[in-house]
Amino acid sequence: MGGSSTEDGQLPVWERIAWPALASAMALIVWTVAVRWSGTLIFPSPLDVARGLLQLAEKGLLGAYIGDSLWRVAAGYTLAVVVGIPLGLLLGWSSSVARAVNPLIELIRPISPIAWMPLAVIWFGISDVAPIFLIFLASFFPIVTATASGVRDVPPMYLQAGRNFGLSTARLMRSVVIPAVLPRIVIGLRIAFGVAWLVLVAAEMIAVDSGLGYLIIDARNAGKRYDLVVGGMLLIGLIGLILDTIMRRAEAWAVERR
Amino acid sequence: MKVSFRDLTMRFGELDVLRDISLDVAEGEFVCILGPSGCGKSTLLNIAGGFLSPTEGSVTIDGEKVSGPDRRRIFVFQERGVFPWLSVEQNIGFGLFDVDPQERQRRIDHYVKLVGLSGFERAYPRELSGGMKQRVEVARALAVNPDVLYLDEPFGALDSITRLQMRSELLRIWQAERKTILFVTHDIEESVQLADRIVVMSARPGRIQTIVPVALPHPRDLSSPGYISIRDSIFGEIGLAHRV
Repeated sequence: MGGSSTEDGQLPVWERIAWPALASAMALIVWTVAVRWSGTLIFPSPLDVARGLLQLAEKGLLGAYIGDSLWRVAAGYTLAVVVGIPLGLLLGWSSSVARAVNPLIELIRPISPIAWMPLAVIWFGISDVAPIFLIFLASFFPIVTATASGVRDVPPMYLQAGRNFGLSTARLMRSVVIPAVLPRIVIGLRIAFGVAWLVLVAAEMIAVDSGLGYLIIDARNAGKRYDLVVGGMLLIGLIGLILDTIMRRAEAWAVERR
Repeated sequence: MKVSFRDLTMRFGELDVLRDISLDVAEGEFVCILGPSGCGKSTLLNIAGGFLSPTEGSVTIDGEKVSGPDRRRIFVFQERGVFPWLSVEQNIGFGLFDVDPQERQRRIDHYVKLVGLSGFERAYPRELSGGMKQRVEVARALAVNPDVLYLDEPFGALDSITRLQMRSELLRIWQAERKTILFVTHDIEESVQLADRIVVMSARPGRIQTIVPVALPHPRDLSSPGYISIRDSIFGEIGLAHRV
């Protein structure tokens, strides 16, 4: 009875682990069998992928690549948070600023960060800055929009109460507006993080020679190492899953306090 | 006179909301503003609170013209005005940001007790019932020691039993603290139970149709002939108002 999400929470712990594990195991088996049956020489089996990744780890490259990717995402994303939240607050707060700036934002927002790649290279050259810039672009807009729309939706009576108690604008921002929009900001942060991670691969296909995105391109170009291509993909998925889980926890915590 | 409305008129563009409102409210008086939906009674309260400027006329408090919101006059909404991210005691202390911590805590404790929320100091609004949230709002308003309270249909979202309890609570608090209260409602029974005087407003454009004094001692007996005759006379007045 009822939706699957409510039933999900009531499942015993072992079932919540066992069923996904079983599904993943099935997928691995199907994958292995498919590789065997088709007799492909190019596409790797799960075991090939694991071996390839292990080799890479033994050379010390895997850890370094993961570290570099995480660093770039962290840098671009943090920059987007630091610039995006204040800008979002301003745009949500001041309708005259919003009127002036929104058309510009709405114009740039739908452009895929990937389209900025050529410009990123001529601006920032061969360095970490180019992919960081692309990740910044990807995460910046979801944060700005979520924050600004959150501020516009703050119940007017909160603001009225704040003014009634004699709060200055700065204090009103700090003690009323920001806590009131916090759940919306946190949702924006999670969405932005998802997009940032998504753009990582494309961002690392230019200008750099390390990272998980680079691994995929390099493994293909340098020796048709499809075991490493698939390995890189899976690692990106796995790390993305872990980080998303963390963000969801944070979001649930922030929203639950309402 | 504590609060004086002088020839107050309010228009929103073409819309005539209030016309020629003149009213004096004495210090410590409990006045209900009663009228049908859309008669401009909330607008009147917002003007008195300094959140709106009237098109014509003025409101003065202690002879001083109202020009904006002020902590000496606190507006109480339906319970949705409490801040969900603050605990009960943080909500109550919200307006006391410039009061020293000891005094602040003393006042919080006092008002937690006054509104009957002892034991819930650390609770968050999501854990409280509608009536309890309404108490938090009243306590938050009282904590800054205002001399006027504006209540805009404060019990409108509560169930009828809680509403009755909250009314007697409010009267108890009013008698303990002796604030001047302007209370907006569309509920005739509520106004007769609470007010010293009832200002009956006509439908839009809102005008003062009549002012009914309620010279009944508290606690009021809801089945006494005096109560019933006042209630019925207002029913008659509102009936007329609906025909405008």
